[in-house]
Amino acid sequence: MLETITQYPIAAALIALIGLALLFGALLGFAAVRFKVEGDPIVEQIDGILPQTQCGQCGYPGCRPYAQAIANGDAINKCPPGGQTTINELADLLDVDAPTLDEEHGEESELPTVAVIREDECIGCTKCIQACPMDAILGAAKQMHTVIADECTGCDLCVEPCPVDCIDMIPVETSLKEWRWDLPPASHEQAENLIATDLGRGQAQKTGEAA
Amino acid sequence: MELIKVWDIPGGVHPPENKAQSLVEPLGSIPIAPQLILPVSQHIGAAAKPIVKVGDLVLGGQVVAEADGVFSANVHAPTSGRIAAIVEHTVPHPSGMTDQCIILDTDGKDEWVSLVPWEDFDTRGKEDILSRIRQSGIAGLGGAGFPTAVKLNPRANHPIDTLIINGTECEPYITADDILMRERADDVVAGAKILAKLLNQPERVVIGVEDNKPEAIAALTEAADGTAIQVVSFPTKYPSGGEKQLIQILTGREVPSGQIPASIGVVCQNVGTTAAIYRAVRFGEPLVKRITTVVGEALQSQRNIEVLLGTPVSFVLEQHGYNHKRASRLVMGGPMMGFSLPDISVPVVKTTNCLLAPDKKELPPPEPAQACIRCGMCAEACPASLLPQQLFWYAQSEDLEKLEAHNLFDCIECGACSYVCPSHIPLVQYYRAAKGEIRQHRIDKEKSDRSRRRFEFRQDRIAKEEAEKEAKRQARKKAAEEAKKKLAEQKTAEPDAVEKAKTQAAATSPDTGKQQAKLQRLLAAAEDSLRQAHKPQEDATPEQLEKQASRIKQAELKVADAKKKLQAFTDTATASGTVASQTESASGSAEKSNDPVAAAIERAKAKVSMSPEEKLRSSLESLHKRLQKAEQKVREAQAEGSDKLDALRTGAEKLKEKIATTQSELNDIAPSTVAEPTPMDSATSDAASSAIEKAKAKAAAMATMSAEDKLRNQVVALEARLEKAQARLAKAKQEDDENIDAFQTGVNKLEEKLAMAREQLAELT
Repeated sequence: MLETITQYPIAAALIALIGLALLFGALLGFAAVRFKVEGDPIVEQIDGILPQTQCGQCGYPGCRPYAQAIANGDAINKCPPGGQTTINELADLLDVDAPTLDEEHGEESELPTVAVIREDECIGCTKCIQACPMDAILGAAKQMHTVIADECTGCDLCVEPCPVDCIDMIPVETSLKEWRWDLPPASHEQAENLIATDLGRGQAQKTGEAA
Repeated sequence: MELIKVWDIPGGVHPPENKAQSLVEPLGSIPIAPQLILPVSQHIGAAAKPIVKVGDLVLGGQVVAEADGVFSANVHAPTSGRIAAIVEHTVPHPSGMTDQCIILDTDGKDEWVSLVPWEDFDTRGKEDILSRIRQSGIAGLGGAGFPTAVKLNPRANHPIDTLIINGTECEPYITADDILMRERADDVVAGAKILAKLLNQPERVVIGVEDNKPEAIAALTEAADGTAIQVVSFPTKYPSGGEKQLIQILTGREVPSGQIPASIGVVCQNVGTTAAIYRAVRFGEPLVKRITTVVGEALQSQRNIEVLLGTPVSFVLEQHGYNHKRASRLVMGGPMMGFSLPDISVPVVKTTNCLLAPDKKELPPPEPAQACIRCGMCAEACPASLLPQQLFWYAQSEDLEKLEAHNLFDCIECGACSYVCPSHIPLVQYYRAAKGEIRQHRIDKEKSDRSRRRFEFRQDRIAKEEAEKEAKRQARKKAAEEAKKKLAEQKTAEPDAVEKAKTQAAATSPDTGKQQAKLQRLLAAAEDSLRQAHKPQEDATPEQLEKQASRIKQAELKVADAKKKLQAFTDTATASGTVASQTESASGSAEKSNDPVAAAIERAKAKVSMSPEEKLRSSLESLHKRLQKAEQKVREAQAEGSDKLDALRTGAEKLKEKIATTQSELNDIAPSTVAEPTPMDSATSDAASSAIEKAKAKAAAMATMSAEDKLRNQVVALEARLEKAQARLAKAKQEDDENIDAFQTGVNKLEEKLAMAREQLAELT
């Protein structure tokens, strides 16, 4: 045995390596079957961050398909309803730089909106009901429709199909309960104007550098 | 009696107390204001529901808004008068926002409902007392305004061993509780007894007072003499009056993060609340007034007053010689935790313990914040042992996860850190903003989870419906195949069929006579009604004439029908007659009767086996046929000069259009000879994907456009929509649709919008 190894050192090494490769290959293969993870966990996590408006502004039919696309390498800045917060969270999760929102897909709205049907003008055509991805519109054929405001995500998809143009997107008003404190103005803004000589201090430095 | 050990809390600060100036005068009162403003939400939890109408006359102590649920409290009229309005009015809140308020015009008579005093309140049951406290609308008078009855009803798994009455009042300037304890110590002690009873006589009942109020301590000790209630004084330090801090001082126990004091067996009530509970239980007095400190150098007189809830702050200040020129700002609450009032029309509410009108020297405007120098003084001052400076960093960068990890929600917003900060950073405001952000984030998260569930459920439902449709389609296909098979079998078993036909013919022949008679009767009746319809009516209006005409037509149809039936019947009768006699011809007739079925099956078969292309082609053919027919009709109509000409023409036009679209579809399909995707996929995704495509294209176009272009685009889109809407309206008019009005308003609206967009465009260019 030892002799053959010393006689054919290269062949012995090759055999040993092949043997090891087969062993670990088998191990890995077994592990892949035994510890298989159902579905793609990263898609779940991405989907958890997306705002679930299902508005399709990203170009995919719903938030989950977009989550799948992100997992497959699509850009993370295509979600206007989520805005910069969502992009930042996605960047955190995927460990990439956070880009700014891609304006091509729409602008981030300042205020959340909710669809409101002007009910005396509704003719009961059910077109908006079919368009709503959230099942948030109630009504039947030839009956007045109405929006369940709590379930409406403000995705806008019901406005276009309405034949009598009786759906408005109304910004949600903040009530006392939802009101929250704003962050104080950034401290450096205040600090820069603390004493008279602070005025224009930043500029002076910049000009100094330029000179 | 064993002496209670007093513990210390971490951190804390010693700001100037400024309590002497408001304690010079005894407790005062002011006249009833001409108008009271009663917010329906003066406490934490759900707003109360107004139960009075505008114009109602109310008496003092009458409920004007009822508690809505457990976490809510009644609102009572503080005096008699007339309800002037129920409107949105600015309320004392840092946001300066409005809320629903009941406006009461007082009549100055101060007439009250008859209160029901309980002489025997000691012997009443706990449930009775609790419901009386609830009815009286008592909410925490110390700070947050928590509905008191909820707090006094702890869960069974939280046995209470300590009741603490909070008379600390650690915040500078405020002396409302101090004066109450001095002047109404008996009420406080009696209230504490009631509370002890409600909580099943806890082991210890302690009234905690800071040692800077010796007179209050003396008064309380005297009042509590001979009872189990202990009055404990401890060193003055801000913020020892915080609920969690006071519990730590008096028991050495800390309330765990995110839990309530009851979880460690403690209930804490403010002295003001305790006294109010006694007044409510003993005398039936609802909570309609409170003691408020009115203090500050911008006032001529500084003192404590007992003031009706709802009294406008402006009225209170007027009574104390308010000089708004001297005042730097107006604060509700103390200088540490209070907030600046947006305007002075807001009312005094259940939680208003102080109105502070400092002059510019007393409370100068905050100095501009500078950079954090990491001195660590804030961490030393924090009574909750948090790391304010870390929290500050994370709040600035809005790192919500880190904020929660650093226990932001244990911050009691006491302001000690801001007070000691040498850089004057408004730390508490950062924490408040961050807390709001986190709460909002949680709400959003919850909502998005719900949205996801709804969306997924909808997807499932649609998929299920699709699958059901598909199953039905399959079933129909199977049925058609079976029918085909049967037909084939029948053909092989032709002799059988002939036999059958024979027997059938034999069976029907006896009835033939009867049937024929019946049909003849039918024909006669039809002809009769036709004659009747034809009968001229002399004084008929055009409308009636029209009706008559239609009736005639109907009758004619009936007659024709009856004739046809009769003819058919006689035919079959003769046929079966021959069948009965001649076997050979019978086989032919049997085949004949099979014929239509076979043809239908053939057609169905052809349809099933057709590819989409063939389908389109055949539909194209049929369309062509229809078009020919329609054109012929049009020509006929033209010849006759019929009034239906227009309608027929539009019909022909439409057909042409259809043909064009079908042709184009056919052209699309023609190059791809491969079978198209399954119908299910295309059906589900088509509508959605096309809409998305549209939206995507629109968004892309919008992004690159200037404002002007955008507007122009909008105008074009609106024009298109208007055109569509007008077409729809015209159609509706033609068809005499019931929704004409709706369409009309839609068109009008669109016109308006278009005009507006055009105007804007004109302005821009």
